[in-house]
Amino acid sequence: MTDIALAPPSLDLRHMVRRKLFPTPLSGLVSLIGIALISWLAWALIRWAILDAVFFGTPDECKQAAGACWAVITTRWRLMFFGLYPYDEHWRSAFGCLTLIAVIVLSCIPWFWTALRISVLWVVSFTIFVVLMRGGLFGLSVITEDKWGGLALSIFIFAGTSLLGMPLAIMLALLRRSPLPLVAKLSGLFIDTVRSLPLITILFTVAILLPIIVPGLAGTKITRVICGMAVFFAAYQAEIIRSGIQSLPVGQEEAAKALGLNYWQRTRKIILPQAFRRALPPTVSQFAISFKEVALVIVIGIFDFLASGNAAYGSGDWAFAYVEVYAFMAFVYFIFVFSLSRYGAYLERRMRVGK
Amino acid sequence: MFQSRKTNAFLIQAVIGLVVVAALVLFVRYAQRSLEAQNMTSGFAFLWRSTGWDVGFSLIPYTINDPYWRVILVGILNTLFLGLIGLALATIIGIIVGALRTSVNPVMSFLGTLYVESIRNVPMILQAFFWYAVFTHLPPPRQSIDLGGMMFLSARGIFVPWLNVSTFAAGFAGVAFGCAVLLALTFSLLPRRSLFQRTLYPKLSRLALLGGILFAAAVLFFGRNTDGLFQLPQLKGLNFTGGLRVSPEFAALLTAMSLYGGAFLGEIIRAGFLSVNRGQIEAAHALGLSGWHVFTRVRLPLALRAVLPTLTNQYVWLIKATTLGIAVGFSDFFLVISTSINQSGQTLELIAILMAGFLVINNVLAGVMNFINARIKLRGTQLRI
Repeated sequence: MTDIALAPPSLDLRHMVRRKLFPTPLSGLVSLIGIALISWLAWALIRWAILDAVFFGTPDECKQAAGACWAVITTRWRLMFFGLYPYDEHWRSAFGCLTLIAVIVLSCIPWFWTALRISVLWVVSFTIFVVLMRGGLFGLSVITEDKWGGLALSIFIFAGTSLLGMPLAIMLALLRRSPLPLVAKLSGLFIDTVRSLPLITILFTVAILLPIIVPGLAGTKITRVICGMAVFFAAYQAEIIRSGIQSLPVGQEEAAKALGLNYWQRTRKIILPQAFRRALPPTVSQFAISFKEVALVIVIGIFDFLASGNAAYGSGDWAFAYVEVYAFMAFVYFIFVFSLSRYGAYLERRMRVGK
Repeated sequence: MFQSRKTNAFLIQAVIGLVVVAALVLFVRYAQRSLEAQNMTSGFAFLWRSTGWDVGFSLIPYTINDPYWRVILVGILNTLFLGLIGLALATIIGIIVGALRTSVNPVMSFLGTLYVESIRNVPMILQAFFWYAVFTHLPPPRQSIDLGGMMFLSARGIFVPWLNVSTFAAGFAGVAFGCAVLLALTFSLLPRRSLFQRTLYPKLSRLALLGGILFAAAVLFFGRNTDGLFQLPQLKGLNFTGGLRVSPEFAALLTAMSLYGGAFLGEIIRAGFLSVNRGQIEAAHALGLSGWHVFTRVRLPLALRAVLPTLTNQYVWLIKATTLGIAVGFSDFFLVISTSINQSGQTLELIAILMAGFLVINNVLAGVMNFINARIKLRGTQLRI
């Protein structure tokens, strides 16, 4: 009888490995093949990217090496990050870039999550960026938008899109919930039309065709691109906000009405703060999507990060090093998008705990 | 202000409606006038003018003397062709990745995670550029990479074996097979009200599919050219003859689309697998079904049913992603429209066609998916927690 006393769950490492990886012979075989595949991949990657790689040097030295040619990055990194921005003024572009990245990081801190703080933060830093990049003030030389480029331009377009798109999204979401059926229908029609179009077609229309259709149009190509992207972002974000609003209990709005709050007070103090809280994880992932979508502006001839990367290997000497250039750009995008999406997943977990 | 809230609301809406309509009319009039000032005519008469330029890839015969409507049709067919193959490949990859991600084996789930995270966080256009660079940097045809004497990878494209049949037989077999698939789909989606229908329709569906395959195979066999049913690509001089050439543009776009779409679909299908109640799987095991049958008959169908609406959105998104053709030079709908705008100057009309085209394609796709969803969704009050 004493033999069948239950053994306590074993925390022994050997047992854990055995239970997880080799529960049955077939599963064990699959594990072994998988481990072999992963180690082979990792080893090949390390050899290619680090051990056999050339980090500094000329194209000829690269061609003789078996591994990656990171020399193309170390020689051309300024082109990739700053585009055609004047060489001596690169520090301005770098500082501007860092400001915007700092703002993106700061926006993730809950202390900034009030309408006033977040908008002040974004407007101020956006102004700092534009002043730094454009110049003309404080003795900085004027550098017009057509000279901007590289990663700095990509981040600028992303920040502009978010800054313009978010208020627009809130407006569209509120309009779609309007008690007037015509207003709600029109807003819905607008959102659904924009959502069913590919972003490239919208960018193409606002950047290339609008100046032909309306000749005396103000604004540079980049401003128009930001407007187009903001409209596209807003159409998606509006639906996220609307779903946040709809997930609120009806009692919230009714209670606010009963307290005698008017529409704007209800929206500002009761509805939107709660809706945003609920819609936060999908909002963060929408920002991540939007960051990736900025890469599309290359199609309409804007010299963004991707375009300057293409230029970095495109001309003669480095043409063979395309894998390295794309791997590097993919890595930069990965850092941005992966950290945003991890942050979104963290928020989602944290909010589920509260329920 | 007025007698009732109702009249008030009506008047406000009437004013808003009028303002919106007036703004639209004024904008279109203004645009037309400014385009006319640049010597551009308006109207759809240009659709019957010949284009004078060629496209890189076409499923139907097309020459530079053909009219604009035909080149637009070529673009739409290319988009649908690339989109459907891309969706199919992405779905297969997605199912594999989703199954890997939910595997109890930590090594397998790590592989799945590795794939999803490394693909999903990099813009698709960057991946399209990368694959295009890879496919155009392959060696020239003479030094092409030979895969068992059947497939050849070269900078001019990928050459694969292809059926050696007359054009008529190929078209006829394709149409017959398409009809059979439609018939089979209809039978499997028809409402099954009686027990008789419930046993008959699946049989009819299978019969239609089998008949279609056999019929198409027979047509292909009797319509074959004199020198064998299959044709291998062969190096003649500086290029390959015979077989089928997959252009680098198409290959790059298809690769990027299937890999990128596969990562996203994998995440959706994973959520579906996770939503399948453990009890259902345990019940299937208890009934003595094998692991493979538990997967194909219980887990996969339940998972797909649970995520079909989300899948629809992702499918619509992937169809829209074919517009990246402009980045690598594949003649999809959007590239054809933008070239037409450059060449003919009929900006407003072509933009209208582009928007209408995408609205129709996306809504039809969403409609079909929603119809399938409505037909196959789980009925009754199944508790699926």
